[in-house]
Amino acid sequence: MIKILDRIFKYIGIGAVLLGLIVLAVLVLDVVRDGFPRLTWDFFTSYPSSKPEQAGILSAWVGTLWIMLTTAALTIPLGIGAAIYLEEYAPKNRWTDFIEINIANLAGVPSVVYGILGLGLFVRALHMDRSVLAGSCTLALLVLPIVILSTREALRAVPSSIREAAYAVGATRWQAISGQVLPAAFGNILTGIILAMSRAIGETAPLVTLGALTYIPFLPTPPVSVSPSFPYVNFSLKGLLDPFTVLPIQIFNWVSRPQKGFLICAAAGIIVLLIITLCLNGAAIYLRHKHQKNW
Amino acid sequence: MFETRNTAVRVKEMMVERLLQFCSLLSVFTTMAIIYILMSETWGFFQKVSLWEFLTDTQWTPLFTIKHFGIMPLLCGTMLTTVIALMVAVPTGLISAVYLSEYASASVRKIVKPILEVLAAVPTVVYGYFALLFVTPVLKKIFPDISGFNSLSAGLVMGIMIIPLVSSLSEDAMHAVPMRLREGAYAVGSQKIQVAFNIVLPAALSGISAAIILAVSRAIGETMIVAIAAGQQPHLTLNPLVPIETISAYIVQISLGDTPHGTLEYKTIFVCGMTLFMMTFFLNMMSFKLRKRFQEVYD
Repeated sequence: MIKILDRIFKYIGIGAVLLGLIVLAVLVLDVVRDGFPRLTWDFFTSYPSSKPEQAGILSAWVGTLWIMLTTAALTIPLGIGAAIYLEEYAPKNRWTDFIEINIANLAGVPSVVYGILGLGLFVRALHMDRSVLAGSCTLALLVLPIVILSTREALRAVPSSIREAAYAVGATRWQAISGQVLPAAFGNILTGIILAMSRAIGETAPLVTLGALTYIPFLPTPPVSVSPSFPYVNFSLKGLLDPFTVLPIQIFNWVSRPQKGFLICAAAGIIVLLIITLCLNGAAIYLRHKHQKNW
Repeated sequence: MFETRNTAVRVKEMMVERLLQFCSLLSVFTTMAIIYILMSETWGFFQKVSLWEFLTDTQWTPLFTIKHFGIMPLLCGTMLTTVIALMVAVPTGLISAVYLSEYASASVRKIVKPILEVLAAVPTVVYGYFALLFVTPVLKKIFPDISGFNSLSAGLVMGIMIIPLVSSLSEDAMHAVPMRLREGAYAVGSQKIQVAFNIVLPAALSGISAAIILAVSRAIGETMIVAIAAGQQPHLTLNPLVPIETISAYIVQISLGDTPHGTLEYKTIFVCGMTLFMMTFFLNMMSFKLRKRFQEVYD
């Protein structure tokens, strides 16, 4: 009797595991069926439009690219720095415990609350307006806990014998960390960063709360431009202060409209977003697998 | 010569340490900034609206001419979608965790776990689209009088999204249960299912509770699925077939309009943010404490 129950439960278990995966498969098929025909070259090179047949995601994907690069530039040094401090330097005391609890809590704060933080801090108090910079600062704070937690885990996985060997040949603490520990933990740190970026790419709510616009028929000022006069190539960071939109916001905007044509645009946009997210996650899984070392 | 080089090294070491320390302090600044910003506007709000009205009024109509500021309808909407999501995620997640930890081989576990995690990585706006344009039409075949916007489809889809949150942490907790406990049970002739439910589940209880609490917190704060698929009508109802509005969806609704800075309507998003923050903060703390406990017991 109990053996039969055991058998039955095994199949229930397989069913439970498969449930989510089946839903995911249905979701992907549904989106591809609706949106695939819309994925033409024009879709990537057109601005949003009031006519669904002419609408595209140019400003959205360029905005996503801007936001990603700036968010990464902010998050990576800050996150790795914080993790190194907590793992390698911080004394074991109440204050360190407090920082630790605090980071665990920040990882669970709803993303829409980060949007309110961005609105109050970056948009209003620091007068960044609804710019690329305000958006990426907000997202950087949002994904910072993810980077810190995963980097700490990566550093913890490096055995202390590596550090001791470095000290033994006269290395200082920072030399041991920068020369030995960080390179050894590199693969796992990178995995965490990729996962954090994948999270940031898909975030909609904080940027909407920030006041990011849904209709942007232009691009941020390009960082590099060619001019006919000397020095022929100009570098500019003015784009950081320009308004922006991102893929998820564009999709949200299209989903909220009643016309069927826009829903098809939304599906096509979702295919692009899903490909990016799934590729990033695939890369993270592969990296984690590859760097699983047994010291 | 040697002395100066030594000093230079020491100064550099100290500067590096200070710089890294600053990075770690940033997280504390973030929390303080969140609390400060939410508090300052919430304070202004409660100068105009009494806390009593906020907690007991059964209507939420800040955008109408006759304004009511009762959080109850929004809270009710949030609870409704959260409960529906948990009814999907908790059984599915727990059964998956038991299966992966007790039945599946190590290689199956190694492949399946990361694939399950992908469910949590899909952007929520995508789930919103799916709930509104696929799940709701399917539900319409079962419940003909379901509205185009409803808490049922949003809650079901949200439940799928948080499965990995429940399964992953629970599986970690079950995995941490020492082998000797299982072996003891097998030695007296138990089957896997008996070991799983009589030995492993109780032993992993604090970790499992931590996972479920974290899932509750995540469901409460989830925004895009409910903003897209559950509607924008704050109703005090437990009917899962009609449009409702959650706290998070309200914040998005106001942010999309152009509410002038400094008005009472504008302040409502901070009050809602504060409510969300306090609820999730409390849950996150509880989950953190429980997780610490199960990690300490068997480490």
